[in-house]
Amino acid sequence: MRRRVAVTINGTKHEHEVEPRLLLVHYIRDVAGLTGTHVGCDTSNCGACTVELDGHSVKSCTMFAVQADGTQITTIEGLAQGTALHPLQQAFWDEHGLQCGFCTPGMIMAAKQLLERNPNPTEQEIRVGLEGNLCRCTGYHNIVKSIQAAAKVMAPGAERKAPASVS
Amino acid sequence: MNPAAFDYVVPRTLPEAVAELVKHGQEAKVLAGGHSLIPLMKLRLSTPSFLVDIGRIGNLSYIREEDGHIAIGALTTHHDIEFSDLLKNKLRLLTSAASQIGDPQVRNRGTIGGAAAHADPNGDFPACLLALDAELKAVGPKGERTIAARDFFVDTFTTSLEPNEILREIRIATPPPGSKGTYLKFSRRSQDWAIVAVAAQVRVTGHEVTQVAIGLTGMGSRPVRASGVEQALRGKPGHDDELRAAAERAVDGTDPQQDLNGSPDYRRHLAQVLTRRALEQITAHH
Repeated sequence: MRRRVAVTINGTKHEHEVEPRLLLVHYIRDVAGLTGTHVGCDTSNCGACTVELDGHSVKSCTMFAVQADGTQITTIEGLAQGTALHPLQQAFWDEHGLQCGFCTPGMIMAAKQLLERNPNPTEQEIRVGLEGNLCRCTGYHNIVKSIQAAAKVMAPGAERKAPASVS
Repeated sequence: MNPAAFDYVVPRTLPEAVAELVKHGQEAKVLAGGHSLIPLMKLRLSTPSFLVDIGRIGNLSYIREEDGHIAIGALTTHHDIEFSDLLKNKLRLLTSAASQIGDPQVRNRGTIGGAAAHADPNGDFPACLLALDAELKAVGPKGERTIAARDFFVDTFTTSLEPNEILREIRIATPPPGSKGTYLKFSRRSQDWAIVAVAAQVRVTGHEVTQVAIGLTGMGSRPVRASGVEQALRGKPGHDDELRAAAERAVDGTDPQQDLNGSPDYRRHLAQVLTRRALEQITAHH
């Protein structure tokens, strides 16, 4: 039997009848049409499907859409403000924090939680904080550098440099 | 990977949830954080036809101290345990274990009640609850009952919960001042399950070990107490040579399994080394 699910994704309300077995990541990608969130391993390991749900980073391949009923979800598409990239997106651009880019949406969503909980992390704290996200290009060094750069920009009182515009 | 189709209900109270379990019998499974059940359902190792989602039942997520006990609601997440000031001060064994489960995203969803009821022999909380002599409160059609941790964990993925019972709360006697705990876990990669892990809670008063409780993860089909270690140390001064000798007895009465992660001998070695390290770490400042 199908169930009604109402969620707010990136500020937009979505409401649909879905099968209870529909995974949240498939709801986000196939029903809501937001394909920035990726399916990587599909076994709760790689973190490519990481989204923010009521302020907590979660692996959306390990939740049913019906469990998210009534929640506020933020995906990678919800980070930029108009044409201005989020500081994490800008830092991944500036510091070459991606190679193929497949893990990037999940890396950035996990990094967002990490910096909210610990605005000034050490390199080791960043590496431990990303234990739920895998990069098959093994581009971890620049991912860590990107998050360190973003932390500086996001620190209270930091001077924001002019963001690149999204074309 | 999609799970097999199932029907789904979201009760708002525990009695409603129990009534759903009674109605649907063996076909029903309880869904909490879902971080053990959903992966199994995606692999179709578990194919329940009915899920009772207890995630929206109020008042099941809390950590509080009352009557000399610390009470933890079954829906309390690993994250909330990891960052609880009360537990950091009084029950560091649990914060230590919680911080080593899965990864931050998993800890945001996974719950202590779910981890206990799942009873994975390589899961982290069962050995902690066993070492701490926790009491597990379960609600069923006949009301509530309290199950001691030593009676709760029966076998691999098997507890003494009835199919129509739901774990509601975990209670642990507040350790006395000076009692210290730690959880040492060995795995090959970040996120992995423990190959072997040791949950230790020890109190040294003056020059005497007045409390010693050791739980082992991965040393059998369920968590076990290292009673040999406990007997060897209880009432002793706890000198370094005594700690080392006692740790050797971590293998007493254990039946570790052979699997891709290691042989029984390898697991016995790990249990001894991790037990020694845990004892040394806890007693270091006496």
